[in-house]
Amino acid sequence: MGRRFFTPLLLVMLMASAIGLQALRERGGELPAGPDSLLYVRSPAALQRMALSYKSILADVYWIRAVQLYGDTRLGRQADRSYSLLYPLLELTTTLDPYFGVAYQFGALFLAEVPPGGPGRPDLAIKLLQRGIEAQPDDWRLYQATGFVHYWSNQDYTAAADWFGRASRLPGAPKWMEPLAAVTLAEGGNRKASRLLWRQIQESAADDWFRNEADRRLKQLDAMDQIDLLQNVVAAFTAKQGRPPATWADLVRAGYLRGAIVDPTGTPYRLDGSTVSIDPKSRLLPLPKEGARP
Amino acid sequence: MSSIRTIGTVAVNVFRESVRDKVLYNLVAFAVLLMAASYLIGQLTAGQDIKIIKDLGLAAIATFGLMIAVFIGIGLVWKEVERRSIYSLLSKPLSRAEFILGKYCGLGLTLAVNVAVMVVAWYVVLAYMATTVPPDVRAGWTTPATDLGMLRAVGLILVELMLVTAIALFFSTFSSPFLSAGFTLGLWVVGHFNADLKNFESVVDSRAAAWFAHGLYYVLPNFSAFDIKQQVVYAQAVPAGYLATTALYGGVYIALLLTASVAVFSRRDFK
Repeated sequence: MGRRFFTPLLLVMLMASAIGLQALRERGGELPAGPDSLLYVRSPAALQRMALSYKSILADVYWIRAVQLYGDTRLGRQADRSYSLLYPLLELTTTLDPYFGVAYQFGALFLAEVPPGGPGRPDLAIKLLQRGIEAQPDDWRLYQATGFVHYWSNQDYTAAADWFGRASRLPGAPKWMEPLAAVTLAEGGNRKASRLLWRQIQESAADDWFRNEADRRLKQLDAMDQIDLLQNVVAAFTAKQGRPPATWADLVRAGYLRGAIVDPTGTPYRLDGSTVSIDPKSRLLPLPKEGARP
Repeated sequence: MSSIRTIGTVAVNVFRESVRDKVLYNLVAFAVLLMAASYLIGQLTAGQDIKIIKDLGLAAIATFGLMIAVFIGIGLVWKEVERRSIYSLLSKPLSRAEFILGKYCGLGLTLAVNVAVMVVAWYVVLAYMATTVPPDVRAGWTTPATDLGMLRAVGLILVELMLVTAIALFFSTFSSPFLSAGFTLGLWVVGHFNADLKNFESVVDSRAAAWFAHGLYYVLPNFSAFDIKQQVVYAQAVPAGYLATTALYGGVYIALLLTASVAVFSRRDFK
């Protein structure tokens, strides 16, 4: 009887000890993170050879690594990590699978995003998209994405309009691409044109991630409009009372505002003296730069 | 006619033995891998879940098949010799050629059943995943999740596995399992570098070395030709002529290896 229960009892005890030691080690705190996660193979040509017949699945692995790196760094889970491996990971992904359209499009978006939301490297974003265009010269989305980087990151509306125009002449391009090129050339940089751009992307996105990103960008534009309005209200209050409002409640009591003063994600706006801004906790940050037309 | 029946009997016995040896358990591992991946991929990546499951399914079918082809293939003849059952087998009205061909067909049957079940499970997972995607997103796909065109890649994977089996069987007729596994896997790896052998003159100055490499390119099995996974996932055109030539190439190479296996095995002395 005793022998019959000895082995299961021993197994349970050993398992409990392993769990206990795991918890004990965790209480001692985490070890400091390494300088950067490792990329064992940096040469796309070498990796392509080593992948044998597993190029596609390996491309997926590198793509997942790129997404994880971007997400982890952006969310600041590991504050001392940089985006330095983002482009090499995307380059490896697209070398292994040159038709990985989303890797070019999302990758360019990741690379062009201004810090701390991204590395702020529109040059690398365009380089990545050029690789995509070499592999798939008829994919209008890659031309659109290139125009997009010129529009948002470089504020080069002439180049952006040119790329949107090129996209509009490719097979399968949506009908709104040609007017978009014209609007960009005429009004690029203002919020109306930006809103049009994101709304078209939101409506044509073949992916939830892109749609959510377009939704966030549209909310950013709404927030920028709201901040302008609130800034005017604060100025009017200051002019009448001879002092800026201390809190939003001052403006509500004075009849200038009603209800909650929140951004489109529901996060309250900050009032610092006479300056209205987005709360640092809001997921709308960082707001896009507004480009002045040359 | 009786020869075919004899080969069939040996083949069925090999298949039964593989079932007894729990080879088909790999199907459970395959199903668990795909189901777990279909759940996890959505959490790990930004879109492209279906594309990744397509890639993963094809890679897993090829890998599980390769493991079976190599590690069962190398033991096909060796096990009979080691257990000394070869003596009783060869004392029956069974020629050595029938024995080799029966063994090969048996493992081929095991592989075909494995691949067929894995393909069905893969398509079921893809069909399920497609139902979780909103219809407007699905409308933007260039290829459906359960595109039957992907079966072209599965077909060539099966031919590739049959070729690997023939190589493993060939080595198992005269070598130990350890060496046979090494030789087979080595040839499989080298077979993926064939394109480099063809263009060797761009790397070396020696004309003799370039000619030698060029010769190897034609002599060694070209496994990279069987890999059309990327093309089918993106529903790109793979000409019927390419599929037919590659399948025929595999068939001829298999015939060559089986002939060599029979020749080697026929000369072996089991006294």
